[in-house]
Order: sequence, then structure tokens, then C-alpha cells
Amino acid sequence: MIKFEKVTKIYQGNKTGANKTCALEDVSFGVKEKEFISLVGKSGAGKTTLFRLLMGEERPDSGRILFDSVDVQKIKKSNLPYLRRRVGTVFQDYKLLNSKTAYENIAYALEVIGASDEEIKKNVNEVLNIVGLPDKGNNFPMELSGGEKQRVAIARALIHRPEVILADEPTGNLDPYNSSDIIQLLLKINELGTTVILATHNKDVVNNLGKRVITMEEGRLVRDEANGRFII
Amino acid sequence: MSLATVFILMMTIFLVTSLFLFKHSSDQVVTQLQEKVDISVYFKEGSAEADILGVREEITKMPEVKDVKYVSQDEALKDFMEKHKDNPVLIQSLQEIGTNPLLASLNIRAVGATQYAAVANYLETAPFKDLFEKVDYYQRKSVIERIFSISSAINRTGLFVSLLLALVSFLVAFNQVRMAIYNAREEISIQRLVGASNWFIRGPFLIQGIISGIIATVITCLLFVPILLLLNPKIEALFPSLGVLQFFFNNFFIILLIQLATGLFLGVASSLIAMRKYLEV
Repeated sequence: MIKFEKVTKIYQGNKTGANKTCALEDVSFGVKEKEFISLVGKSGAGKTTLFRLLMGEERPDSGRILFDSVDVQKIKKSNLPYLRRRVGTVFQDYKLLNSKTAYENIAYALEVIGASDEEIKKNVNEVLNIVGLPDKGNNFPMELSGGEKQRVAIARALIHRPEVILADEPTGNLDPYNSSDIIQLLLKINELGTTVILATHNKDVVNNLGKRVITMEEGRLVRDEANGRFII
Repeated sequence: MSLATVFILMMTIFLVTSLFLFKHSSDQVVTQLQEKVDISVYFKEGSAEADILGVREEITKMPEVKDVKYVSQDEALKDFMEKHKDNPVLIQSLQEIGTNPLLASLNIRAVGATQYAAVANYLETAPFKDLFEKVDYYQRKSVIERIFSISSAINRTGLFVSLLLALVSFLVAFNQVRMAIYNAREEISIQRLVGASNWFIRGPFLIQGIISGIIATVITCLLFVPILLLLNPKIEALFPSLGVLQFFFNNFFIILLIQLATGLFLGVASSLIAMRKYLEV
């Protein structure tokens, strides 16, 4: 479904080319449909860059990224929004709008593509149920706990029924209880048929999952094990 | 939308409109004056009518000349009496002289205002110039030229100031959109995240520019009417046949179009360029 082929990404730094950073170097791997993959590595190992490349936010310096055999790099700028609707994203800092309620934050993702009010109502309530927040729709992000905010963010990522969810450190700001809940939620989403790629530092989370683990180190893929463990 | 943007747009539109009206008015004044121009050639006393008619024939042959009117001494006297019939002192003194002191003349009208110089030149060097007492042209010429140069100087200055104001309003509007983009950066990043189309993201900023332009146009237009009504009596007193007010209402839609075009162009262009520079989609 997703294929990274010898992908290299270098950040040029300043104009003279000093401070050049090689964020990804010759990275190749594939992701099958309905897979659950943990992406582990230290900060700066290239996990986020990998996600940004997959979303079409950045272009690789060499190699290519295929999404359903379409070269992401060749998608026109005006068509990138359609790719982004097929990929749900969840971040450590939730990225919710504080001026909107949980319901409105989720509905917003449908509003921007011009969905009807009925469609929005039906879908938003459905995903609020999936993430276990049926009663929190009217709360503003400030009134929600970290775990609840992350659930809202996941609900928003789910609203387009994406084929893949990219979760970039979703438990980074959460305590172990909430972390475990979020991971359980991602597993549930995975079981419902969505591919999940989870970037994390959390050793326990990865070790308890017992799923495929890809380990990155300084931009290189150093380990890819089907039933992996967190080893850095 | 900010007050500063609308205000500076209003000033620009106001100036552009004023310039348009002034251009029309000054053109009209110059045309009116030019229509009044003619060259009068006065013949020495005792010149034979046959000579004068001969000269008239010669002058009529010039391609620049539209028509030449012969005013005989008697006709000149009749005109004079007619003109000053309410002035008994003048009439009386004329009667006391006993003879007709007025000179026979030819009134020459050229095809266009610019051709008078050629006609005047010709008269100066003509073989029959010894018959002339005087050629009356130069005084009016200098007045016309002065008005012409003043009005074109005002037009030029107006155009320059308009362009300058347009640039300032462009920069103000540009900065407003830039700040709006900066303030909405979080929302924009989320819009991109959830797959909003590029024009969905850009739309609000473009509409902001359009609305600024429209509001500035409407306010300026509404302001212009009372200002013109207020100033019109004074303008009429100076130039009675100008009809600025009438021109404004007769060409209201053209003027509105000019105003709207100025406002929209500045509003939209500044938004588009600010988006291009600061709004990454």
C-alpha cells in the first residue's frame, strides 16, 4: 500500500549549505494494508520527516514514495488535499482549535470539504462514540484532559475514513493510563481496517504491542522486525 | 478587515475620482477658450477694400484656415455703437470726432487651435504685411498656453500623487493580509491537515481584500456627492459653463466603475501577492 524506495532527504540549513542535516538516508520499506507499525528512534532520527514526506508536505531529494502505487512526489499541489483526506494524522500537541468545541473541531474537517450538515452530524457523533467521548462534544479543548484531547484529535483524523493513520508521538504528553487508552484506541481503529503507523519513544507501549517495529537511527533504517521490540 | 486599509483605499479612490473630474473640467476649459481664439488683422486707415478682399482671398487659400470674415470700417462702427449704446459718453465722443476712427479688419479662424501659430507666422512674412496696422493674436495665445500648462501640470501632479497613494494603500492592504495570515496560522495548518482545498484556505483572505475594496468604494462614492454639491456653487462662480456636477451625475456609472476598479484592483492584488508570499498551501 505504501512504499518508501531509497528515500533520502537533506535539509540544506542556511544558504551557504552549512548546517546541512541528512534527515533520511536511503530508507526503503513497505507497508501492507491493515498493518500496525511502530516507528521508533531517538528524537531527530527522522520519524517526523518520514510522515511529512508521506503527506506530501516535503519532497525527497532522491528516491520515491508510493501511496497505492501513486508517486506522492508527482502529485500536483492542487491535488495534495485529496491525499491528505486519505491519510489521518495525530500529533503529540493535538493541534485542536481552542476556540471550537470538540464537536466543532471534528466537524471542521468535514466542513472544509463541503459536507452537508446532516452528514456532519451523523459522522461526528459516530466518531465521538468510537473514541469514547459521546458526552464531551460540547466541551472546549481547555475543558478536556490530555487524553480526551488526543481522543478528539483521533476522532478528527478518523472522520474522513482514512486508509492510514499517522500518529506522531500521540502519547508523548500523556500519563501511562491515558497512553494505554490511546494505544488501545489505535489498535481498535486498526482492527476496524485502517492501517496505523505509530511513531513513539514509549518503550512499554511498543513492547506490549507485539507488532511490527521499524527502528530508525540518524536518518537510517537500522531494524525492521515483524514482531519487534524497542531496542535503541 | 482593518480600518486603516479601508481609509487609505478611500483616499486613493477619492484622488483618482477627483483627477478624473479635473481632467474633464480642464479639457473643457481649454476647449472653450480655444474656440474663442481668432486672429484679427487690422488694416491701416485708408486701405482700399479691394486690397483687403485680395488679402482675404490669399489667406483663405491656406489649408489651416477655416474661414475669414471681413469687417469693414462701417460695420466695425455699427458693431461698436451696438455694443456701447448704453454708454452715451463714448457715443458722444465718437460723434465729436466726426470721422470713423475704427479700422477695417479680417477675422481669421483656423481649423484647429494648434494651427494659429502657422497662420500668425504666415501673416508676419506675407508680402502684403505693409497693409496691416496690427495683428491681434499674441495676448490671447499666452493666456491659453498658460492655462494649458497649468492644467497639464496639475494632471501630472495628480497622477503622480495617485500612483504614490495607490502604492501606499497597496502596502497597507498587503500588510493587513499578511498579519491576518499570521494570526490564522494555526487554523491554516489544521485546515491543511484535514485536507481543505487550497482555495478553501485562500478564500477568506481574498474575500477580505474584495470587501475592503468594495466598502472603500461605496464610502468614497457616498462622500463625493455632498462634497460636490457643496463645492459646485463655487466652481460655477469661477467657470460658469463647466457643469462638473452634471458631468458627475451623467457619468455616474463610469465613475463608479473607475472607483470600483481602483478599489478592487488594489484590494485583490495585495491579497493575492501577500498570499503568494506568506500562505503556504
